[in-house]
Amino acid sequence: MAEGKHKKVAYYPGCALEGTGHAYNRSTKAVGKKLGLDLVELENWNCCGAMEVKNVDPKIQTYLSARNLSIAEDMGFDTVMAPCNGCYHNLKKAEYDLEHDGKSVEVNARLSSKAGHTTYEAGKVETIHALDWIKDSVGEEGITERVKNSLKGLKVANYYGCMYTRPRHIFPEKDKGPGSESTSKPHFMDDLLAAAGAENVEYPLKTACCGGAHSLSDSDTSTKLVLNLLETAEACGADVIATECPTCHTGLEMHQVRAEKVLGRKTNVKVLYFTQLLGMAMGLSPNEVGVNENFSDSRDLIKEKGLA
Amino acid sequence: MPIHEKSLIRPENLVEHEELVIDGVDVSGHWSTFIEGRSVPDYNEDLQEEIAALGGGENIHRCWQCGSCTNACTVNAINPDFNPRFWIYLIRMGLEEELVRDREIIWQCVSCNKCTYACPRDVNPEGVMKATAHWLELKGYTETKPSMVFDEEFSHQVFETGKIEEAKVLQKFFKRTNQPLTQPWLIQLVSGLVKRFPVFYLMKLGFATVFHPRTRNWDRSRDAIKEYVDERNAEIHKALKLDAKGAD
Repeated sequence: MAEGKHKKVAYYPGCALEGTGHAYNRSTKAVGKKLGLDLVELENWNCCGAMEVKNVDPKIQTYLSARNLSIAEDMGFDTVMAPCNGCYHNLKKAEYDLEHDGKSVEVNARLSSKAGHTTYEAGKVETIHALDWIKDSVGEEGITERVKNSLKGLKVANYYGCMYTRPRHIFPEKDKGPGSESTSKPHFMDDLLAAAGAENVEYPLKTACCGGAHSLSDSDTSTKLVLNLLETAEACGADVIATECPTCHTGLEMHQVRAEKVLGRKTNVKVLYFTQLLGMAMGLSPNEVGVNENFSDSRDLIKEKGLA
Repeated sequence: MPIHEKSLIRPENLVEHEELVIDGVDVSGHWSTFIEGRSVPDYNEDLQEEIAALGGGENIHRCWQCGSCTNACTVNAINPDFNPRFWIYLIRMGLEEELVRDREIIWQCVSCNKCTYACPRDVNPEGVMKATAHWLELKGYTETKPSMVFDEEFSHQVFETGKIEEAKVLQKFFKRTNQPLTQPWLIQLVSGLVKRFPVFYLMKLGFATVFHPRTRNWDRSRDAIKEYVDERNAEIHKALKLDAKGAD
């Protein structure tokens, strides 16, 4: 746990964090400030293509992410932090493709030169997730030291979703033994929240899918998948599901309501970003971490657990 | 038994004889039509190449049919007919007619990447599912499915402006798929939020109508992408032997 690592990194919020995932943006920045970590937003970034552009053409998706990485490079950063799983995944995927696939390199070089900006080459900038950012900068000890409002008594199901761990080959730093993140049983979020006092429940669906890619275009499938996540979390005894992806987060909130309206299956488990939980543990007010911007209304739970 | 012969036990290929005695032996009951013609006259010898010509389908030739993809599949757990291994087999065998039978469900892949995670041969089954769904649309076997409508609206906005605006994508998607924006669950979702924090929400709505998020100096990126997309479309039309007007 190298204290001081990631003191100042480039920040890529992405489109979702400017829209439905705004609470994640707010809480990430607030937590960073509290931890004394500097975030410098990428200048004039573009969308990473999310789960959609690759279905039109995967090479364009690679280009979109490469452009963002080239901005980080131009700004003199060797690390870019993306809290959104989709953005994080796409930057990692671009890095992998530009290292291993000649055709991707060719298309990226061509589009970048036509567009008139730096052509990004693999190996120049490292992409990290908000979880890596906190884990590697202050670590569990750093969190524990700063806890003002312990999460003691709060039962949390940690939900990581798909894009944080799959496919394995685009995350060369994972599955490297003790201390590294696991792609089959991720634990970074568990570790950080436990350091803030939370009681993590044994949740078998940590990396199951919420159907986020088809949240609206195949709502019935998404509702079934989300309902399974919610009911399992409740069966595991969780008060709240901690998330680290705006697509998962919004999907859980949306389909929790939809499951009740359409299937008549009501669940009460709340949904909060892990940064919101960490922020409140470190003494930030619910509003400062954007709890009022969530669709899922967790104010009663927060009061009950003495976090407000 | 080769997998495609599961066609022989489909309901329409089963015959039922309430009373059937042949040479003094009672053989009443369900029978599959074993003696139907079993030759397949409509192989598409180029099917694998056609799928491989589409983004995501490039590695389909590597499959050795272990079934890890189907075993790991999120959608298969909900609908057993959603079977990536089976479709990859059909494509590699050129069994177009058999593949087309499942045209209404192949697009439902949720891109969770469990298959690609499990695949020991780097086939990228998730990409193959997307390529196959795209192929079905380009060949005119299905109308553009809701997920592709969403992908198109989303991508169009990214290509044009460099960023997306969720409300605009949503609005266009609902319009193109003829869904009302007034679905009860959507109303409950939004009204719950407005009740709690009306000022912020109204401000956000107001902001969105005045300031559209976009990347500055995006024109050259936009033109470069457009040129590349046109080039790729021409390549795909050629590979799939579609006429110039195509199904675009």
